[in-house]
Amino acid sequence: MSLLKHKPLREELTTDAQIRRRTLKAMLGFGVAGLLPVGVWQWVKQQPTADRVPLVLRNLLNTNEAIANVYFSPTHLAATYPASQAANPPRTNGMEGIRQAVDMANYQITVKQPGRNPLLVSVEELKKLPKHDLVFDFKCVEGWSQIQHWGGAKLADFITHFGLGTRSGKAPSPQNPADFFRYVGLETPDGGYYVGLDMPSALHPQTLLAYEMNGQPITASHGAPVRLIIPVKYGVKNLKRIGLITFADERPRDYWFEQGYDYHLGL
Amino acid sequence: MPRIVHKHPLAIRWFHWLNFPILFVMIWSGMLIYWAYDPYKITVGSTVLVSFFPDGFYKWLGLSRQLAKGQSWHFIFQWLFIINGVLYVSYTFLSGEWRLLLPNRHSFREAWLVVLHDLHIRKTAPPQAKYNAAQRIAYSGILFMGIGSALTGYAIYKPTQFSGLTYLMGGYETARLLHFALTIGYVLFFAVHIGQVILAGWANFQSMITGFEKKDELTKA
Repeated sequence: MSLLKHKPLREELTTDAQIRRRTLKAMLGFGVAGLLPVGVWQWVKQQPTADRVPLVLRNLLNTNEAIANVYFSPTHLAATYPASQAANPPRTNGMEGIRQAVDMANYQITVKQPGRNPLLVSVEELKKLPKHDLVFDFKCVEGWSQIQHWGGAKLADFITHFGLGTRSGKAPSPQNPADFFRYVGLETPDGGYYVGLDMPSALHPQTLLAYEMNGQPITASHGAPVRLIIPVKYGVKNLKRIGLITFADERPRDYWFEQGYDYHLGL
Repeated sequence: MPRIVHKHPLAIRWFHWLNFPILFVMIWSGMLIYWAYDPYKITVGSTVLVSFFPDGFYKWLGLSRQLAKGQSWHFIFQWLFIINGVLYVSYTFLSGEWRLLLPNRHSFREAWLVVLHDLHIRKTAPPQAKYNAAQRIAYSGILFMGIGSALTGYAIYKPTQFSGLTYLMGGYETARLLHFALTIGYVLFFAVHIGQVILAGWANFQSMITGFEKKDELTKA
């Protein structure tokens, strides 16, 4: 019956007291709500890390990837430009994985996929595929961009021509996307630099195994003899000097992912 | 007896204060990203007036060499920024609060009188409802700046998937510059906002927390 006992007291409150009480209540609520961001910050800070990123942020970045895949389409193309606008020479920004000399005369790309013997493809064989020129705005994860001119074979044509990338081992077909492995991995011959790509990005029509820049063979510092050009990704995924191509359902190792970057890095 | 005047609905107070931690994280993480490529400066002829930013600035605030961390926070907290903004705009329009917020046909003339009054050049300010004309313009402006940040942000976040949007925002590099300039705009807004809140006094500030202001009843003669 204590409630009833207190009721008359409440009714005796003056309006001024009510205002004071409401003010105090709101101020306390504000103070408590103010602890919310502090709590979120502390909670993120004490998370275990996954490849240098707090686990909850890493999971949310993967959610961002899933969201990006909803609107990703091979018909969404990077804008292209006249070749005259291309930088010559293009900017060099990293030498990871290409510092050692390799035998250019007998250069071969190794292709590995589960349940198959490794395949060796020479640059001459690659050049037999239709050549495509691409002049686009190359975008670095650092924030700068530059119009560059690259030429080479589509990775999609390469995969189709050599019958790669399918779990069943049958000829890859856009009509049967579920048969594709989920990821493509690329590495430099010395294994010093490596990237992983989701299959839809690898099959994007602007993704090239490039062997020319500005109409000339690619120079050593840009990844001779063959490098990846993939406009649907930041520059870090555009691996220089491809030595190994792998197919897998698990994410292949990725150099910058291990340094705390998002895996997807899609544009 | 005193009376209370209800000023800010609870929803508006939440949307307002949520911006504080969300924008803090967005601006902090944005600077971590900007550090990796920081070409912007204001020049007159060949004289650099303001450089965004001098090395000491990054060092002072501990912003160097954390691009990956900046991207992680920025690309996640963008959702909170967008959700809070969409909720605020929806509420403002559905509740009718927009009538008190958006500038009307008198606002642009009156705003000038408000400025003169605030600078103590003019004795009286024009009569106002919840917000004066200058507030209407400033608060509506910051709302459109928020929309601008989201659009230019997406133009540089997914320039291939949303190439049409990137084109509309003036291209990749222009969109990045606008995205940055809008943030500088927020910081300038914030400085003026804080100054005005201090000048307006405690009761006004408190009403953004409690929702109401206490007014003493005028005694009728």
